[in-house]
Amino acid sequence: MKVSLSGVLRAAAGGAEDIEIEATTIRDLMDRLLDRYPAMQEHVADGGIAVSIDGQIYRDTLGQPIPEGAEVFLLPRLAGG
Amino acid sequence: MSSVHVSTTINGDPVEFACPADESLLDSLRDRVGLTGSKEGCGTGDCGACSITLNGRLVCSCLVLGAEANGQEIGTVEGLHANGELHPLQQQFINNAALQCGICTPGFLVAAKALLDRNPDPDEEEIRYALAGNLCRCTGYDKIVRAVQAAAKQMRK
Amino acid sequence: MDHDTSFTNQTFKTVGTRVNRPDGVDKVTGRARYGADATAPGQLVGLFLRSPHAHAKITKLDVSKAEKIKGVKAVITSADLPDRFGGKGGQYDTLVNCMARDRVLYDGHAVAAVAAIDHATARKALKAIKVSYEVLPHVTDVDEAMAPGAPVVNENVFTSGMDPRPTKPSNVSRISTFGHGDVDVGFAEADVIIEKSFKTEQTHQGYIEPHACLASVGPDGSADLWVTTQGHFTFRTMCSALLGMDMAKLKVTSSEIGGGFGGKTHVWVEPIALALSRKANRPVKVVMTRDEVFRATGPTCSTSMDIKIGAKRDGTITAAQSILRYQNGAFPATWAMMGAMTSFACYDLKNCKSVGYDVLCNRPKVAAYRAPSAPMAAFGVESVVDMVAAEIGMDPVEFRIKNAAKEGTRASYGPTYGPIGIGPTLEAVKNHPHMKAPLGPNQGRGMACGFWFNFGGQTCVDINIGTDGTINLTLGTVDVGGARASMSLICAEELGIPYEQVKANVADTSTLGHNDTTEGSRGTFSSGMATIFAAREAITELKSRAAKMWGIPVEAVEWSEGSATAVGDEHSNLADLSLAEIAAASPGTGGPIAGHNEVVADGAGVSFASHICDVEVDPETGGTKVLRYTVVQDAGKAIHPDYVEGQFQGGAAQGIGWALNEEYIYGDDGRLQNAGFLDYRIPVCSDLPFIDTEILEIPNPNHPYGIRGVGETSIVPPLAAIGNAVSNAAGVRMDHVPMSPPRILKALDDAGQ
Repeated sequence: MKVSLSGVLRAAAGGAEDIEIEATTIRDLMDRLLDRYPAMQEHVADGGIAVSIDGQIYRDTLGQPIPEGAEVFLLPRLAGG
Repeated sequence: MSSVHVSTTINGDPVEFACPADESLLDSLRDRVGLTGSKEGCGTGDCGACSITLNGRLVCSCLVLGAEANGQEIGTVEGLHANGELHPLQQQFINNAALQCGICTPGFLVAAKALLDRNPDPDEEEIRYALAGNLCRCTGYDKIVRAVQAAAKQMRK
Repeated sequence: MDHDTSFTNQTFKTVGTRVNRPDGVDKVTGRARYGADATAPGQLVGLFLRSPHAHAKITKLDVSKAEKIKGVKAVITSADLPDRFGGKGGQYDTLVNCMARDRVLYDGHAVAAVAAIDHATARKALKAIKVSYEVLPHVTDVDEAMAPGAPVVNENVFTSGMDPRPTKPSNVSRISTFGHGDVDVGFAEADVIIEKSFKTEQTHQGYIEPHACLASVGPDGSADLWVTTQGHFTFRTMCSALLGMDMAKLKVTSSEIGGGFGGKTHVWVEPIALALSRKANRPVKVVMTRDEVFRATGPTCSTSMDIKIGAKRDGTITAAQSILRYQNGAFPATWAMMGAMTSFACYDLKNCKSVGYDVLCNRPKVAAYRAPSAPMAAFGVESVVDMVAAEIGMDPVEFRIKNAAKEGTRASYGPTYGPIGIGPTLEAVKNHPHMKAPLGPNQGRGMACGFWFNFGGQTCVDINIGTDGTINLTLGTVDVGGARASMSLICAEELGIPYEQVKANVADTSTLGHNDTTEGSRGTFSSGMATIFAAREAITELKSRAAKMWGIPVEAVEWSEGSATAVGDEHSNLADLSLAEIAAASPGTGGPIAGHNEVVADGAGVSFASHICDVEVDPETGGTKVLRYTVVQDAGKAIHPDYVEGQFQGGAAQGIGWALNEEYIYGDDGRLQNAGFLDYRIPVCSDLPFIDTEILEIPNPNHPYGIRGVGETSIVPPLAAIGNAVSNAAGVRMDHVPMSPPRILKALDDAGQ
């Protein structure tokens, strides 16, 4: 499936805006991502990556399933005030 | 720094305590007498969270020395409710959701009571200017003014 | 998540009513206890020695004389705080911010701390500490910090987001880019292009309660921390990590909190208070002064930005670009990145690009302030949107409606939106009577819209049913503005009982599992969700007990309106059993009845608001009076409408202060000049009118009740709404926040008026 990367994460994926990667859950996606792009570790360590699935942003739910055909976007993890 | 012995009346009760000569009345109330309802928001008389009455006059207790309370009458937020019943101002603040975090509420109640004691029928502008010495960061003052209006109306009955 | 979190579109009996909050009486009588209201036997007074320099090397720090003073029980410097983090990373930065190591990075940076038997002795100890500094060049302005040759704040910071990775340190810690399409193509298609630069000055959350805590560490390493905080579990995590303590041994109790707005989501003096107590073996109370709060906690960023928007004559925006420069204080952070993400989030754009530069300065470490980073970007963007609309000759509301994001729009930060409320808030503004109110001389009207993310996070809730049928509802999310009322409403709704039968309280860290901080507008959304599921678990147990009491299968039991009902003709002789009756019998049917839920509430959705304001500008004094203000915001579902209105009004008031008067003023010496409420002027009661609110309820499909977060979004539009109003009233475009009287007069002068 296609996973789009937001600005800061693109550099860690060699500049790619979109990548092709297979995953069934967020945890699965993170594991495979770090495997393929070790440079992502910096962002994971920094405070983490948030995952947007069909427009809903998930910050913490590693077990969240990623449905077939969902729009998946990786964003830097955010916080409020 | 020598200690000063203070004999005073707080909310109608006789109270005695000893404090350093340079201690504020706010600190004396909180640390010596155990009345923590009055709050320190700034320590410089800018926020009104420490509002009390000194012989019926609204003052910032952070700008009064504990020693100055000797022989005087002090009124704090703890003295507002009597015989187990909330003062109309207190009840209206709750009814009108006029508090969010509540840290400024004691100061506002003392200041609002001081206003209504001398002017039982203030208009909106008079309320706003009378309370301009009390800072609130949560509410935008909207529901506070409505609560004071409601209390004033209730008390005029 | 195990539970189905989809919106169920039910009708409510209790939720949505305006009940009195359970903590109201304590707060109006002065009984409620905040951070500075706790005492412990033998407690010591903790005070801090702080740097008077914006940037300096500490060449000598000798505390020996201070330690020997009678009544001084402990002195702490960085020598007492080993680095457990290898000299880098977020936790290391927090450690350094709490107590300087080899250099001081901003005016007010802590250098040492003492614990003594009273204030006088503690002050004497501070005076006896010998510290020498080698003053270094400093920089406090964001643009100056980016200029070549600027003093480097941190030699270990290299710009992230650059390819190849740079070899020289920089004050720019990160460059982030967001957007899609091609803005060059888009600008080429535009009939009208407006390009303008803006600045916003640094502000503070301005909570009336200073940071305060009471730390008590025992000889066995067990510790108690009473503290005013937005997240006591987060504080436990941070403090235990910084001090090398076991998490479970540190019990953190959240006092009532006197305002936070993001500024109490991080630790400032708390780890040091614990360190002092550990060294002194006595409780230590630390209460920050207002001066310290301004100098040495976490204000928001000051910013500088360039905004460029192009549109066709028919009103379609063809391209939008924002270049943002945000200063984060003396440590790397990602606030500009967040500003870049939110810049154009309200709009449906084919071509957009946002670039964020995160910059270090010799200023305090920036912390979140209610929808952090969004208000500043919105000031620039919404001002230019108005300017483009004016250039085309289109009504500013209509122009926004035409370009508003909707379900299916690709957000400027990447993902596609689900159902969102920006369109409805704009339509509500368009039809609001405020828009038709007449304006007099020197008066102007402005409107703006704003966006913020909402978050979920780790949450757990306990429901325990007393044998008299009254309910203890135990929450872990700190109540900043009415949550105990809202959660009680939800609990009562689910159980079908009166609101008064529920008593909510916030537990300490040893009583409940981890709960994330109350930030990101997550409180009602997350705790609400956990409360719903905990209540449903309790109902499952209640039905099972009823079945036992009746001796019938549990499948024949239903729960409705606070009672168990036996269904089926064969059970028609059985009278309903109320919750209270089942509870009274519980000792004999299996013991205490409870419901529990742990949930990572996620998928919270996003939030939009539109504001309208009328101002009058005095051309002689430059003073601005706010005449009328209206907030329209989507809440999904307003559990307690009074407190939703309160969030709208409070956020608007902070935005008004930020827009008109609040700013950090630094001298050439890099020192903060106005660290008090007299000269850091927040709005007072006489500055504001009543603030009208309209709550829209477009349900969040990812929450059983449709709840969206509301706490933050209403601080996003005011800077621009006021900017547009003042610009219309004064006849000149304002580009520098706060629009204080001197700035307005200067703008009028420059325009030759």
